[in-house]
Amino acid sequence: MMTENSHTPSPAERLKACSGVDVQLCYQCGKCTAGCAMAPEMDLPPSFLVRLLQTGSPAAYRRVLESRSIWLCVGCEQCIGRCPKEVDIPRLIDCLRSEAQKEGCVSPEASDIIKFHKSFLGSVKRNGRLGELDLVVEYKLRTLHLFQDVDVAPGMLAKGKLPLIPERIKGKREIDEIFKKSNA
Amino acid sequence: MKETGFYPGCSLQATSREYNESVRALARHLSLPLREIEDWNCCGATAAHSMNHELALALPARVLALAEAQGMEEIVVPCAACYGRLATTHHTLVTDETLRQKTCDTIGMEYSGKLKILNAVQWIEQYVEPLLANAVTHPINRKMACYYGCLLVRPHKVLQFDRVEDPQSMDRLCALCGSEPVDWAFKTECCGAGLSISRTQSVGRLSGAILSDAAERGAEAIIVACPMCHSNLDMRRPAANRSLGQKLDIPVLFITQLIGLALGIPRKELGLDRHFVPVPQW
Ligand code: SF4
Ligand code: SF4
Repeated sequence: MMTENSHTPSPAERLKACSGVDVQLCYQCGKCTAGCAMAPEMDLPPSFLVRLLQTGSPAAYRRVLESRSIWLCVGCEQCIGRCPKEVDIPRLIDCLRSEAQKEGCVSPEASDIIKFHKSFLGSVKRNGRLGELDLVVEYKLRTLHLFQDVDVAPGMLAKGKLPLIPERIKGKREIDEIFKKSNA
Repeated sequence: MKETGFYPGCSLQATSREYNESVRALARHLSLPLREIEDWNCCGATAAHSMNHELALALPARVLALAEAQGMEEIVVPCAACYGRLATTHHTLVTDETLRQKTCDTIGMEYSGKLKILNAVQWIEQYVEPLLANAVTHPINRKMACYYGCLLVRPHKVLQFDRVEDPQSMDRLCALCGSEPVDWAFKTECCGAGLSISRTQSVGRLSGAILSDAAERGAEAIIVACPMCHSNLDMRRPAANRSLGQKLDIPVLFITQLIGLALGIPRKELGLDRHFVPVPQW
């Protein structure tokens, strides 16, 4: 018999431990998908994503990790708000995103979204606050979408909405510490 | 009068300056004391939430702990996205002792959890609304579509604010400003939130649907309480109009700007000239 220590948790067990969500509660009513604003652009609509997880099959799990859905979800919480079984899909998706990164199987179609998040956090790490210009410059360098939004930038400048120098907080060292301790 | 702590958050320093300006203008006009949390940091927004769970708790936790350490009992968080992050973090920290200890260790500060967190509408209901009946000097007799978006009302279990599917608080405030709130279908639909830069076409599609329903119901403006909703409906108007194949010019105002107008506060003080879609003289 295996001792408790030698038991490697299955992906399904890991997901449950991370999210606290029991996917077996779902009875496939489809309300989550019906209400999800991003579902029309997803490869796996939320209810289907949950169904795949229910099967417990490694191939199905892999398919979820590789999906673009987990990156398109904006965390609007509409699905769980309407789910009769209160299946917390956004929480599941949070855990799936970090698994996908750990497993190195992030959907190539999510690459701009991830680069945006990284650029955002880069700016917060440098300053403690978000510098919008700082963010946009890093994002453009990461994605090479150099000419994106050149049409709105002048308007933002003219309306005083694009400060050129990011605000930097005094507790920068505390922020460094927070990033370090969070492995970010 | 009791002093309220104030967390502007990053958007209110830049893309949504007019929200900051109009909150402060209301407070000034009605002598409501606001004190900005000193040395506040970014709440991490969707980026931290999407990428790193620990960071997503620690960044807002530092803000909450600072407010407590600076002697605040309650804070107002006008940005609905920041409000969502701060309120959810507060909820996690007061309901999960292990995570509270771990997070306090990460930020190197204590958080008791006694702080009260208000969104803009709650702050208005508590402090502005009781004064409105006497203070409205310029009733805005127009039809308005109140757009609540996601983060003001969801997750309802945590936020416990208004009705989750058909909220009414901003509609009521509009009526007090002399406007007629319209009944419409997109009050709490998502505008695409943080995808503004990384997936502008999605924001165009979703914002387009919201704008078009508001316009079809005869609304003359959309009223919001969230900088992301505002910039997606206002600054991203070209993308929305492209997605609709129409040219909608319905303006989008922050609830604080509408109330400010009704109180007779000059447009400039409310930052009304900072919008991309012009706001007519009412
Ligand atoms: S709404 Fe809930 S029960 Fe219905 S399909 Fe979605 S997750 Fe399953
Ligand atoms: S939280 Fe994500 S999956 Fe749920 S409705 Fe919103 S976008 Fe869709």
